[in-house]
Amino acid sequence: MLAPLPLTRIPPEDEALRAPVKAFLAETVAALPASRRVRSWMGFDAEFSRKLGAQGWLGLTLPKAYGGAARSPFARFVLVEELLAVGAPVAAHWIADRQSGPLILKYGTEAQKQFYLPRICKGEAFFCIGMSEPNSGSDLASVRSRATKTAKGWRLNGRKIWTTNAFRSHYMIALVRTSGAPEDRHKGLSQIIIDLALPGITVRPIRDLALDTHFSEVFFDEVELADDALIGAEGQGWEQVTAELAFERSGPERLYSSIVLLDSWLDHLRQTGERSQAAALGRLIGALASLRAMSIAIMARLAAGESPVVEAALVKDLGTELEQEIPILIADALGSHPERPIPAQLLAALTYVTQVAPSFSLRGGTREILRGMIARGLGLR
Amino acid sequence: MTDLLRDALERLFASQASPAQVRAIEDGGDAGPLWAAIEEGGFGHALVPESADGAGLALADVFPTLMAAGAQALPVPLGLTMLARALLAEAGEDVPEGAITIATDPDAAWRCAGLPYARTASWALLACPDGFALAPMGDVAPDAGQDRLSGDVAFAKPARRVANPTDLRAMAASVLAAQMAGALVRVFEDTIRFANERVQFGKPIGKFQAIQQQLSVMAEQVFAARMAAELAFSGPGLRPDPLRAAIAKARAGEAAVRACATAHAVHGAMGITEEFDLQLLTRRLHGWRLGYGADGYWHARVGQAALAETSGGTLDFIRTRLMY
Repeated sequence: MLAPLPLTRIPPEDEALRAPVKAFLAETVAALPASRRVRSWMGFDAEFSRKLGAQGWLGLTLPKAYGGAARSPFARFVLVEELLAVGAPVAAHWIADRQSGPLILKYGTEAQKQFYLPRICKGEAFFCIGMSEPNSGSDLASVRSRATKTAKGWRLNGRKIWTTNAFRSHYMIALVRTSGAPEDRHKGLSQIIIDLALPGITVRPIRDLALDTHFSEVFFDEVELADDALIGAEGQGWEQVTAELAFERSGPERLYSSIVLLDSWLDHLRQTGERSQAAALGRLIGALASLRAMSIAIMARLAAGESPVVEAALVKDLGTELEQEIPILIADALGSHPERPIPAQLLAALTYVTQVAPSFSLRGGTREILRGMIARGLGLR
Repeated sequence: MTDLLRDALERLFASQASPAQVRAIEDGGDAGPLWAAIEEGGFGHALVPESADGAGLALADVFPTLMAAGAQALPVPLGLTMLARALLAEAGEDVPEGAITIATDPDAAWRCAGLPYARTASWALLACPDGFALAPMGDVAPDAGQDRLSGDVAFAKPARRVANPTDLRAMAASVLAAQMAGALVRVFEDTIRFANERVQFGKPIGKFQAIQQQLSVMAEQVFAARMAAELAFSGPGLRPDPLRAAIAKARAGEAAVRACATAHAVHGAMGITEEFDLQLLTRRLHGWRLGYGADGYWHARVGQAALAETSGGTLDFIRTRLMY
C-alpha cells in the first residue's frame, strides 16, 4: 500500500561538504542575532547569495558546463540543511537554486540553459514563481493570466499574487494559459519565463503580519515577450509544475523552518540548567530525527529518477505539523515560569515563528490539498 | 535472507498463530505447540552467532520478522527471545530452550510487576545493576495487561549473574517498537480495506473527504513510526542504540494513539466487538505503548541527552547521536 522507504545514509563524499560549509557559516552568519536568523529561507540578502555563488555552492547539482558543480543531490541536502539550521538568509537565490535552475535544465532549450544557468550559479539571477492569482489559490488549474501568440512571441495579460520576492527578483517563471479556456482546466497551461524589467509589468509588495515584505502582487498589462519566453512545451505547464512540486515538498526546508527557534530554546535550557522540559525537547528532537531520515530516503528515490509524490506529500504534512508545533510548545514551556523574564532574542524568535507559522502549511500546497493527494495515492479517490 | 526468514515465519503463523489460535492462548490455552513450531524453524536463534549454532544475523535482518510478529499479534515473545539469546551467547552463557521475556525492573526480592509475556515465556532475563541474570519463570499472577499475557511474577533468586552492562530497557523497548510498526501497518491496511467496502449514504465511506483526511493522517503516522523503528534496528552489534530505541518507542507510541483512534472511528461499532480481529491489534498497540516505558519516558531520555551536550544545535545532535 505504502511501500517502506529503505533507510539511506548520506554518502561520505557528500557528507564531506559539511565541514567547509559549517566553517563558512560560522564566519558569515552565526554572529547574526537569532531574531534575524529565525527568518530562515525568507531572509533576503543578495550579498550573501553572491558569496555562496563565489564558493561554488549555488546550482550545486547543475552540470559544470553551465557553471554548476555537478554534485549529487545528497551534497545539496548537506549544504541546504546546514544553511537552514543556522538560519542563513538564503531567500534571494532560494527559488532559482531550488526550483528554477533544475526546471530550466530539464525543460529548457540549449540557449535558455546557456543564458540563465551560469547566472543562477553566480547569484546574479534571482527568480520568483508566479502561481497563485486573486481567484486561483489551491485551485491552481483555474489560472486566468494568459499569454497570446504574436508574430514575434507572446503577449501577456493578467495578474499574480502572493508571489514571494517578485519586487527584488530578476525573473518570474509563471504558470499561465496559452491556449483554451479556464474550463479546460489542466489543458492549455504553460510555463513562461518573464524578465520583470520589461514594460507593462507593475509589482506591488505586500507587507505580512510580522511587518516583513516578501509577498507581492504582479500586474501584466500587454507585456510583449520574445518567443523563447516559453519554457518546455506549450500546453505542458501542468505536468511540469507537478513534477517540480514533488521535489519541493520533501526537502529539508519542510522540516527546519522553526529550527533556529528550537536551537535558541535549547541554548536557553542549557544555560539556565532547566531540566523539567527534557521530555518536551526530546519529543521535538525525536520527531525531527524521524522526519530527517524520511526526507533523506525520499531524496534517494528522487535521485534514482523516481517520483515519490505521495511520500513527499506525507513528509511535508508531517514536517509542517512539527514546524508549527515548535512555537506552541516552547511558548507553553517559557510561560510555565511567569516569574522569569524571557531573554529578548528568544522572545523575538518565538514571536516571529508564532506569527508566520500558519504559512508553513499553506505554501507549496495546503495541508488539505496534501492530504487529498495522499488519499488518492491510497486508492481512496 | 531477511525476506526468506519473514516469509517462512508468515507461513508458520498461518498454521499456528491464526486469530482464533491467538484468542485461545489469550484465554489461557497452551502456547507450547506454537513455540515448538517457532523453535523448529530456528527463528529464536536468528541473532545468535553462527559459532554458537545460531543464524548470525544482524539487527537490521530481523526487523521485518519482528514487524511480522507484531502484525500477527503473536502471543509469544519471539523478538525478546532473539535478543536475550544473542546476549547470553555473546556472554558465553548457555542458551536455553524456551521463550525468554525481559524483566527490566525486578525488586530486591526478585518480584516483577506487569511482566510482558509472563504467561507464555519459560524464562526471564532479569536486569541487575551490573548486568543480567537468567531465571526460570516463577509463579505468575495474571494482571490486567492489554494482551492478557502479562502478570506479576515472583522469581527465585538467580543462581548466577552475568556482569555485562546492558541497557535491557532500551533493547526490549526497541523490540516492542518494531512489533508496533508491524501492527500499525496491518491495522492501517485493514482500515483502508474496510473504508473501501463499507457503504453508507450510497457509497463507500472511503469516498468521503472527512474519512480520507483521517486516513491520510493515519498513513503519515504509520509511515513515521515504521521509519523510526527501522532506525533503531540499524547499526552494528546486538544492542539497539539506546537513543535510537528511545525515538522508535516514543514515535510508535504516539502513532499508536492516533492510528488506533482512526481505525476504530472508521470501523464503527463492529471494531469494538470481540469477534472482529481489529481489537487483537489495537489492544496490543496500547499495551505495547505502555510496555518498557511510554512516550514521555523515552522523550525525556532523548531530551536529557541533548541537554547534556555542551554545544551544537539539534541538527548536530541528530546527525551525530541519532542517525546511523
